Amino acid sequence: MAAPTIRSLRSPLGRVRGLGAAKGGTHHWWMMRVTSIALLPLTLWLVFSLARMPDATWQQATAWIGRPFNAVLLLAFLAAAFHHTAYGLQEVVEDYVRGEMTKLGALLAVKGLCAVLWLTATLAVLRIAV
Amino acid sequence: MATFTLPKNSTVGEGRTHAAPAGAKNVRSFKIYRWDPDGGANPRTDTYDIDLDQCGPMVLDALIKIKNEVDSTLTFRRSCREGICGSCSMNIDGLNTLACLKPIEEVKGDVRISPLPHMPVVKDLVPDLSQIYAQLRSVEPWLKADTPPPPDGERLQSKEERAKLDGLWECILCFCCSTACPSYWWNGDRYLGPAVLLQAYRWIADSRDEATGERLDALEDPFKLYRCHTIMNCTRTCPKGLNPAQAIGEIKKLMVERQG
Repeated sequence: MAAPTIRSLRSPLGRVRGLGAAKGGTHHWWMMRVTSIALLPLTLWLVFSLARMPDATWQQATAWIGRPFNAVLLLAFLAAAFHHTAYGLQEVVEDYVRGEMTKLGALLAVKGLCAVLWLTATLAVLRIAV
Repeated sequence: MATFTLPKNSTVGEGRTHAAPAGAKNVRSFKIYRWDPDGGANPRTDTYDIDLDQCGPMVLDALIKIKNEVDSTLTFRRSCREGICGSCSMNIDGLNTLACLKPIEEVKGDVRISPLPHMPVVKDLVPDLSQIYAQLRSVEPWLKADTPPPPDGERLQSKEERAKLDGLWECILCFCCSTACPSYWWNGDRYLGPAVLLQAYRWIADSRDEATGERLDALEDPFKLYRCHTIMNCTRTCPKGLNPAQAIGEIKKLMVERQG
């Protein structure tokens, strides 16, 4: 077996200190908690509301979305859900994806997709409600 | 992607079998990971059949018996044999623990022993700990204070302040917890891991230390601290019964507290 190639003679302490602390991450961690707590009542409300109208017609469904109370809660649900999804997927990418460029690409794709889906869903609610 | 399978030169093959002496009645098989850096061969699992009637009660007793009487090439770290030095940490029966504190009786069937997971191996059961020691050094695990100590004695703590260090000072740095943490497996080059974060919190929680903010600054990082996803393997595996996950949780709480 060939001897392993030594790519760096930097000391372990130098490698571990690396680029230093990014002075961030707390907001990300806290927002994950805040959105998950917000999603508990919002998801329950949405699931119960939808379960109560299995046979709703198009007119009944749009009328339901059009009520200000429902529209506001729907918009809040969409904001919390897509924020939570984007931040959660960011954790997955940072955990498992290797290579700075691949990681950056994956993060941009995930965040971009979540943003577009959120804007689309929000526009749909607004078009019906406003 | 993170690597989930072993590279070809790390796959473990079947090794030699050392039979128990004739007439032994109470025999147990120890299947031990072996790797020699000089041989150039793949790692292998050697089987040692040991007469438990002629052996002490702990897994470390069996390892020492093997080294003394059966195979002197078996390499492992050990020192105090009573759970205070942290040298003999290894994976026994699927769980990281100290060989000196693990009774053979607790293991059902063959006793499978391998080095601490996901660390470079120096030889057999000896992992290379230089990176994790450097990580410990990087959190500056010593008292930092600008106020000089009283000229006539030591720095004082109230009983309540001292009590906050219980569950932290007992850590013996065996690194069972860090090497049981999947986050540390995938991102150990940047994530500090439970053992080092517990040590960092030990000084954050110390009322005599005056560098708390500086210490929190040094940890406020998506990788150094926030790779912890509360998986809890650290707490489950700790042979000293400590709770590194809780210590990490306390650090996160302080991070939020100082922002609001």
